[in-house]
Amino acid sequence: MAYSHGDGHHPPQSFWTRYVWSQDHKVISIQYTITAIVIGLVGLVLSNLMRLQLGFPGLVPFIDPAHYYQFVTMHGMIMVIYLLTALFLGGFGNYLIPLMVGARDMVFPFLNMLSYWVYLLAVLVLVASFFTPGGPTGAGWTLYPPQAILPGTPGDGAGIILMLVSLLIFIVAATMGGLNYVTTVLQARTEGMTLMRLPLTVWGIFMATILALLAFPALFVSGVMMLLDKTLGTSFFMPALMSLGQALGYKGGSPLLFQHLFWFFGHPEVYIVALPAFGIVSDLISTHARKNIFGYRLMVWAIVAIGVLSVVVWAHHMFVSGMNPYFGFFFATTTLIIAIPTAIKVYNWVLTLWRGNIHLTVPMLFAIGFISMFAIGGLTGLFLGNVSVDIPLSNTYFVVAHFHMVMGVAPILVVFGGIYHWFPKVTGRMLNDTLGQLHFWITFIGTYLIYFPMHYLGFLGMPRRYYAYENYQFIPPSAQVLNEFITVVALIVGVAQFLFVFNLAWSVFKGRAASSNPWGGTTLEWQTPDTPPVHGNWGETLPVVYRWAYEYSVPGEARDFVPQNLAPEGEGEGE
Amino acid sequence: MMGTVIPMDGVRSQSGRSRPGKVGLWVFLAVVTMLFTLLLFAYLMRMQFADWRALPLPWQLWLSTVLLAASSTALFIAHRCVQRGRWREVRAFVLAGGACAAAFVAGQLWAWQQLAEQHYLVAGNPANSFFYLLTGLHGLHVLGGLIGLALTMARLRRGSEQAGGYVQLCARYWHFLFAVWLVLFTVMGTVTPALARSICGGLLS
Amino acid sequence: MALAIALVLIVVAAVLFHVMSPWWLTPLASNWGQIDFTLAITIVITGVVFIIINLFVAYAVIRYRHHSGQRAAYQPENKKLESWLIGITTVGIVAMLAPGLLVYAKLINPPDNALVLEVVGQQWQWSFRFPGKDGQLGSSGVEHINAGNPFGLNPLDPRGQDDVLVQGNEVHLPLGRPVKVLLRSKDVLHDFYVQPFRARMNLVPGMVTHFWFTPTKVGRFEILCAQLCGVGHYNMRGMVVVEDEAAFQRWFASQPTFHQTMTTSAKTMGGEALVKQGAMLAQSQGCFACHSTDGSARVGPTWKGLYGKTETFSDETTAKVDEAYLHHFIRNPTAKVPKGYPPIMPKFDLSDQQLAALVAYIESLGKGKDAVAQK
Repeated sequence: MAYSHGDGHHPPQSFWTRYVWSQDHKVISIQYTITAIVIGLVGLVLSNLMRLQLGFPGLVPFIDPAHYYQFVTMHGMIMVIYLLTALFLGGFGNYLIPLMVGARDMVFPFLNMLSYWVYLLAVLVLVASFFTPGGPTGAGWTLYPPQAILPGTPGDGAGIILMLVSLLIFIVAATMGGLNYVTTVLQARTEGMTLMRLPLTVWGIFMATILALLAFPALFVSGVMMLLDKTLGTSFFMPALMSLGQALGYKGGSPLLFQHLFWFFGHPEVYIVALPAFGIVSDLISTHARKNIFGYRLMVWAIVAIGVLSVVVWAHHMFVSGMNPYFGFFFATTTLIIAIPTAIKVYNWVLTLWRGNIHLTVPMLFAIGFISMFAIGGLTGLFLGNVSVDIPLSNTYFVVAHFHMVMGVAPILVVFGGIYHWFPKVTGRMLNDTLGQLHFWITFIGTYLIYFPMHYLGFLGMPRRYYAYENYQFIPPSAQVLNEFITVVALIVGVAQFLFVFNLAWSVFKGRAASSNPWGGTTLEWQTPDTPPVHGNWGETLPVVYRWAYEYSVPGEARDFVPQNLAPEGEGEGE
Repeated sequence: MMGTVIPMDGVRSQSGRSRPGKVGLWVFLAVVTMLFTLLLFAYLMRMQFADWRALPLPWQLWLSTVLLAASSTALFIAHRCVQRGRWREVRAFVLAGGACAAAFVAGQLWAWQQLAEQHYLVAGNPANSFFYLLTGLHGLHVLGGLIGLALTMARLRRGSEQAGGYVQLCARYWHFLFAVWLVLFTVMGTVTPALARSICGGLLS
Repeated sequence: MALAIALVLIVVAAVLFHVMSPWWLTPLASNWGQIDFTLAITIVITGVVFIIINLFVAYAVIRYRHHSGQRAAYQPENKKLESWLIGITTVGIVAMLAPGLLVYAKLINPPDNALVLEVVGQQWQWSFRFPGKDGQLGSSGVEHINAGNPFGLNPLDPRGQDDVLVQGNEVHLPLGRPVKVLLRSKDVLHDFYVQPFRARMNLVPGMVTHFWFTPTKVGRFEILCAQLCGVGHYNMRGMVVVEDEAAFQRWFASQPTFHQTMTTSAKTMGGEALVKQGAMLAQSQGCFACHSTDGSARVGPTWKGLYGKTETFSDETTAKVDEAYLHHFIRNPTAKVPKGYPPIMPKFDLSDQQLAALVAYIESLGKGKDAVAQK
C-alpha cells in the first residue's frame, strides 16, 4: 500500500536536495518567505531613512535629494513586488494550496523550484543595482518615462536598466509559479473538494494568481519597450524633448501609452496583494471566532467580481494624466462599483464576529486590526476613485496615506496574522505569545498614528515625493511638527518589526511545541498525519473531503469544529 | 480510496479531468495571448502618431509563414500518429516539425537582415521598432517551443510512455504560435493608422 | 478587551482629530466649490461607515468574547440581510458618484470666452505664454528651442510673433475671468498644482493638455509641481498672482512679445546687461533647480560666493574658481566633480557669448557682491 512517485519524483535524499534544490512545495514556500522577508527588511530600512529626511531635514547628511528619491523608489518597488506579491503567492500560496486542496504537492514541482530560483535571481539583480555607479533608479516605483531614463533622475544609467531587467525576471518567476498554483487548484483537488468547498484562502490566492498571470504581461511589455527606448534609442514612449538643455534623438513617442500599460498591470497588482489577504483573513476570523464565515458563497462571488472588475479600473490612476478626459466618467464609475463587492467582504467579516465565540489570539488580533485598517483604506479609496474629488488630492499625502493603509499595512497585518496562525504547522512550534502581542500593538497603533494624520497633510495639499518642504508659504510650520511626530512613530514601528523577526528565529528552536491542530481548524492542512507535514503531505492515502471548510460550532456536534475530511456518521471510517 | 495507487502529482484518472500538463498549457497560452494582445494594442495606439512610417514587409516573411504552417502541420500529423501508435512516424514528423520551425526562425532572421540592409533599423521609426519587437518576441516563443520539442524528442527516443502526451502539447503550442504569427502578420500588413484610429482612437489624446 | 477599547479610542480620536485638525484644505480661490462640496459628502458618508464598522467590531469583541461554555451561533447565510447591505451600499455609492460626475462634466468643458494661458514646464521651472492681440497662440516645437528661444516657438509662424512671453516663475491672472490653461512640457512629466484652485493637470511632453478655472480671490498662490520630475522636483516652484483687471493689464503690457525677445537677444551686450542676460539664461536653462543664489544647499554647489573660492574635488585636488575654471567646467561638467556632490551636471548647449554672460552672472554673485541680481 505505497503511493508511487510518478515520473522520477523521489523523496529528497541529501541536505542539498532536501533544503536547497528542493522540489517540495513546503520547502520552496519557506525559501520564498525568507527571501521576501529579508528584502522586505531592506525596504523597511529605506522607508525609515526617507522618514528621517522628512521629519528632520538635513539631520542625516548623506540623504541628499538623489538618495532620497532612490530610497522612495526602491522602498515602493520592494514592498509591492518583491515582498508582498512574492510572499502571498510564493510564500503562502505555495505552502497552503497543496495542503488545503488535499494534494501531495504542486502539479509541476520542478517548475515550482525553478520559480523560486528565478525569483531569487530577480532579487539579486535588484540588489545589484544599489552597487552600480549612480546607484539604483530614483524614478519613483511607477517608473514613468520620459523621466525614468533621462539624466536629472538618479540612477538613469545602470540603475534603471537593472531595475527593468529585474522586473522582467520577476515576471518569469511569477508566471512559472502562477501556472502551478492555478493548475494545482484546478487539477489536484482531492476527492470531494469541490470548488465551493475550498477555503477562502485558496479562493483568494487562486483569483490573485489568475490576475497576476493576466496583468504581469502588461508590465512585461512596458518593461521591454522602455528597455529598448533606453538602450537602443527607440521611441515607444519617448517624445521629442530637451533633456536639461540637450536635444535628444527621440521622436513622437507617447508617455501616456506607458501609463496605460503600467496601470493595466498596476491596478490588478493592488488586488494581487489584496485578494490573498482577503482570503486568509476570512479563514483567520472564522477559525478564531469559532464561527462559520458569514455568506461564504457571496464571499466567493465577491472575490471573482473584484478580480474581473479590477482590470477595467486602471485609468483611475490617470485622472490628471492628460488622457482623454471623457474616460474619467467610465473609470470613476467602474471604480466606485468595485467598492460594492469590497464592502460586502467587510460586512461579512464583521458579521462573522457577531454572535461568535471570539478568541483574542495573536492571529485574531491581527485579523481584527486588518478589518479596521482596511476599512479606512478602502473608504479613502472612494475619494480617489471619484474623479472630481481625486483631482485636488491626486499626488498628495492623501494618496500616500490611502495606499499604505489599504495595500501596505492592511495586507502586512494579514501576513503577520497568517504567520502567527500557520507557524505551528510549518515548524511544529508556537511563536512566543507575549512578543506577538507586543508586536501587534506597536504595529497596529503605530501605523494608525502614522497614516491617519497623513491624510490631512494631503487635504492641505502637501505633494508627495518631495525631498523637502522649505519655504512654502501655504504649508504652516505645524505641518513640520506633524511630520516629526510621524517620523518618530515610524521609527518605533520599524524597530518593532525586528521583534517579529527575532520571534521567528527564536521560536523555530525554542518555541513551545505545538499540537497538530492548535487552533482547532477544520481545513485540511490541520489534518496532516505529521506536523510539520512530511514530503508527500498525506502519508499513504489522500484525505477525502465531505463538507465545506467552515463547520464551526455546528449545533449537535460535541466539538466546536468538524474537520473537512471527517466522514459523516453512517458512511464508515473517514479514510 | 483504500489501497488506490495515487501518483505523486496528485492526478487521478477521474473522468472529466484532463492531465495537468494540458491545463497548464492552456493557462500558459492565455498568458501569451495576453502578452501579444497588449503589444498589438500598444502597436495600434502608437501608430496613430504622426511620425509613423510603415515599413515594407520583406518577402521572406511569406516564406517563413509557409515554413511555420508546414511545422504546425507536421506536428498535427505527428499527434495523429501517436493516436494510432505509429511511433516511427511520430519521430519523423516531430523531427520535420522541429526542422521547419528552426527554418522559420532562420527565415525571420533573414527578413531582419534584409531590412537592416535597406536601413530600416530598430530605432529608425516606431513602425520598425514594433516590427522587430513583435517578430523578436514571437521568435523567442518559437525558440522556447523548440527546447520543449527537443525534450519531447529525447523522450520519444527513450520510448517513454508519456511522450505521446508531450507530442500533443507541443502540437497544440505550435498551432497557437502559428495562429499568433498569422494575427501579427495580418495586423502589420494591413492595419493603417486610419483604421487604428477607428479601432482605439482617443485613448492617448 | 484592550482591542475593543482601542477601536473605540481610534474612533473618538479620529473624530476629534478631524474636528480640531489645523491641517485642512487651503481656502478655495476658484469657482470649483462643487469639488469641495462633493468632498464634503464623501467625508460624511465614509466617516459614518468608518465609525459604524469600528464600533460594531468593538461591540462584537466585547459581547462575544470567549468565555468558558460559550458557543458560537451557526449561520451560514442570511440572504435578506445581505441584500439589504448591498442595497444600502449602492445608495451610498450613487450619492457620492452622482455629484462627482456632475462637477466633472463641467470641469472638462471650458467656456468659449476663457482667457488662454499656456504653461510651459521644464526641469525644474515654469514659464508662461499668453496669446497676443490676435488671440491665437503661435505653433511651437522642441526643435525650435535654443537659448535665444527658450519657448521653442516657431519663428516663422506669424501668429506667434505677438505672443506674450513670461520668463520666470511668476504669472499674473485677472480676477473673475475664466482661464483655460494649456500645458506642455519640454522634457518630462510635470503637474501644475495650485491647491487653492483645486483643478490641475499634468504636463506631458509631446502633447498639449488643458484644464480651466476662474480665479475668485485676489492674492498670491504658490504653484507646485506634483508629478515626480527628477532630483529638483521639490524645488520646482512658481507663483500665480491674481489681481484686478486693471493691475493685470498693466502687468501684461510690461511683458515682452516673442518678436521683442528675438530682437534683443541677438544684440551683443556688456557689463550690467551681460549679467542680466546671464541671469535670464540661468533661469531659462534651469540652473536654479540645482544651484541656489542665497547660499542654501541644493543638488549642486550654491553660486553665492562661489566665484573666487577654492574648490575641492572628489579626488582631493583643488582649484580656484575663476573665469577660466568656470568656462572649462561648464563645458565639461563631469570631468572633475566637486567633493560631496553627485556627478550629474548635464552639458548645456551654450554659445560663447552666452557662456560669457552666465559666467559674468556667477561672478556677480561672488564674494562681496551678494546683493546683485538676487532672484
